[in-house]
Amino acid sequence: MESLRKKFFSNPFVLTIIAIALGFCVAGLILLLAGYPPVESIRTLVESMIGRPKDISSVIIRSTPIIFTGLGVAFAIKTGLFNIGAEGQYIMGCVVATMVGSMLDFPKPVAVLMVFASAMLVSALYAGFVGLLKAHLGIHEVISGIMLNWISLYFSNWVCNLAFFHKPGTVGMYPVNDCTYTMILPAWKRSEEGQAWLAQYPVLKETLGRTDVNIGFVIAIIAAFVITYLLNHTRKGFELRAVGQNIHAARFAGINVNRSIVHAMMISGMLCGIGAASYITGQSPHTVSTLSAFENVGFNGLAVAFIAFSSPIGCLFTGLLFGGLLYGGAGLQSRVGAPTEIINIVIGVIVFFVALSYLIPRFVDRLDASRLNRKRAREAKKAQKAKKG
Amino acid sequence: MSQDTILLLAGITLMYSTPMVFAAQGSVISEVSGVVNIGIEGMMTIGAFTGAAIGYFSGNPWLGFICAGIAGALFGLIHAFASVTCKADQTVCGIAMNLIGPGLALFLSRVFFDGATQTHPVTNKIPKLFGSRGLPGSLNNLNVDMTTLIALIVSILMIYIFYFTTWGLHLRAVGEHPAAADTLGINVYKVRYICVTISGLLAGLGGAAMTLAIVPQFMPTAISGQGFIAIAAVIFGKWTPHGGYLACLLFGFAQALTVVLGGGSFAVPSEILAMLPYVLTILILILFVGRASAPKANGVPYNKGSRV
Repeated sequence: MESLRKKFFSNPFVLTIIAIALGFCVAGLILLLAGYPPVESIRTLVESMIGRPKDISSVIIRSTPIIFTGLGVAFAIKTGLFNIGAEGQYIMGCVVATMVGSMLDFPKPVAVLMVFASAMLVSALYAGFVGLLKAHLGIHEVISGIMLNWISLYFSNWVCNLAFFHKPGTVGMYPVNDCTYTMILPAWKRSEEGQAWLAQYPVLKETLGRTDVNIGFVIAIIAAFVITYLLNHTRKGFELRAVGQNIHAARFAGINVNRSIVHAMMISGMLCGIGAASYITGQSPHTVSTLSAFENVGFNGLAVAFIAFSSPIGCLFTGLLFGGLLYGGAGLQSRVGAPTEIINIVIGVIVFFVALSYLIPRFVDRLDASRLNRKRAREAKKAQKAKKG
Repeated sequence: MSQDTILLLAGITLMYSTPMVFAAQGSVISEVSGVVNIGIEGMMTIGAFTGAAIGYFSGNPWLGFICAGIAGALFGLIHAFASVTCKADQTVCGIAMNLIGPGLALFLSRVFFDGATQTHPVTNKIPKLFGSRGLPGSLNNLNVDMTTLIALIVSILMIYIFYFTTWGLHLRAVGEHPAAADTLGINVYKVRYICVTISGLLAGLGGAAMTLAIVPQFMPTAISGQGFIAIAAVIFGKWTPHGGYLACLLFGFAQALTVVLGGGSFAVPSEILAMLPYVLTILILILFVGRASAPKANGVPYNKGSRV
């Protein structure tokens, strides 16, 4: 028997909210122990995230690449794969998008499509290699993924320093050409006419005028719905999920398991590639710089996917939360002085409670059961009394 | 190749592999008992910070080293609680450790060191094996840190425990078939708790081996990937303590090769050389390892009374 309460507390959405609330509680406790005012810090954090229209717009822009890597990781989880290599696939996408974008001089739609296509292709192949190693040689995707992450980091640095791509006087590559930009009206909003028009609308001036508003987030929403459809309503999606849930049963049912693994990895990598292309074409500085360490876009995608219980639509929201925390963390440090690393602790604790969250329905179940037992005992007592009387 | 170069290579190999050896032994003991610990990296980072901070404030590197182990063990205990008692998803929980570990380390660093993400250098590093006078000539390359010797001793101890004690047999049984172990009266939960806590302890020591011996301070890039590579080394070493140790040496050797080749007038760009250890690992996995043979119950929470 399932009580309404149990149903409520089994809902992934409710569980995520509980995990997030607990994450903030623990962060507040740590802030308190470190001598910062917890309530005010968290209020400042939220204020820096959504206080002004400009902040909201910045949060959306900041979130877009993380949403894509989150979607990639979530897709892989649904097909039974743990794509820790998302970081490397994202880096490869960025490098290739910049290489291609800095050389192209085509009409806008063609140039944009070519940049996206090349980044998607390379990221998909990079991930597909992991899938091949897993399918045919049994090498665990976590191991090859970690190695390929490092290889991509050094590959990126190598390309950065090639004479042909290196922009003199900087630590990065030549940025992509204007024809590949995916911001909304980038030239117009800086023109006199555009400035004059924007001046009439303060909110638009603050968002569109001050930040790199681009089409990436719209693509992310579309991508989330497309892969939801692919997973749940197509034959291919069914096969991929079947392999993820029980590889032996899938093989027995006649599904080509090896091919499924490679395809699933390629789609996962491709999503990271779209994220990379949308970042390079949509946000300044429109280029790749020499990296001394990972920028964690792919690793953050892991957390985004976990917190969303690997639901693609959920990734849109958790990605926004994640991007918001990263963006708001800087405000927290400048306004309250609390170290911005508290953000990583918040996110880590949320992920931790997500891992534990399935305990909640069980706990509710136990609560219900004990309540039922007490009720039965009461009724039995009553019945006995009635008998005596 | 001259004798000097060989000694130099050997010295750097031992230096680089030491933190990874600690972490790899930690990973082995956890995974063989049936708990995936992907949070090794985060536990190393917290150990690296604790070691450097205590080492700086107390002036005693050994105290820092021990405290780093304790800090790692605390994280191990949390991971054990989540994955053994609560039967949570061990990978997700490990990722959480990897987020919390570095986050907390940098947070505390900013709190204790005036907003800086790196600690002040420790005054006393962990001593060298043959003291500060060292060995004559190029033999001095082999005057490695004391931690290298400790890592070797830990590894030998692990081999002894795994294959020559009853408890080692228990722990392997728990990872292969916990239900069978349970029916023989082995306390599966207790064994796993101990193993995961030791795993955190060793990871913490590995982190401190970095910040108390190799570089004298903690900084954000002090632990960058060693924990993950240790996990790879364990798989490469087929989940055995000796295999893990040798795999770490191999990985250290690949890094040493990068350093030695990069120093000379070598035609290959440094970025390509830096890829070498990782390319080598993948190649070796492709050529020599074949199907991985993980402990059967690795990553599966044990429910008392379940049949598998």
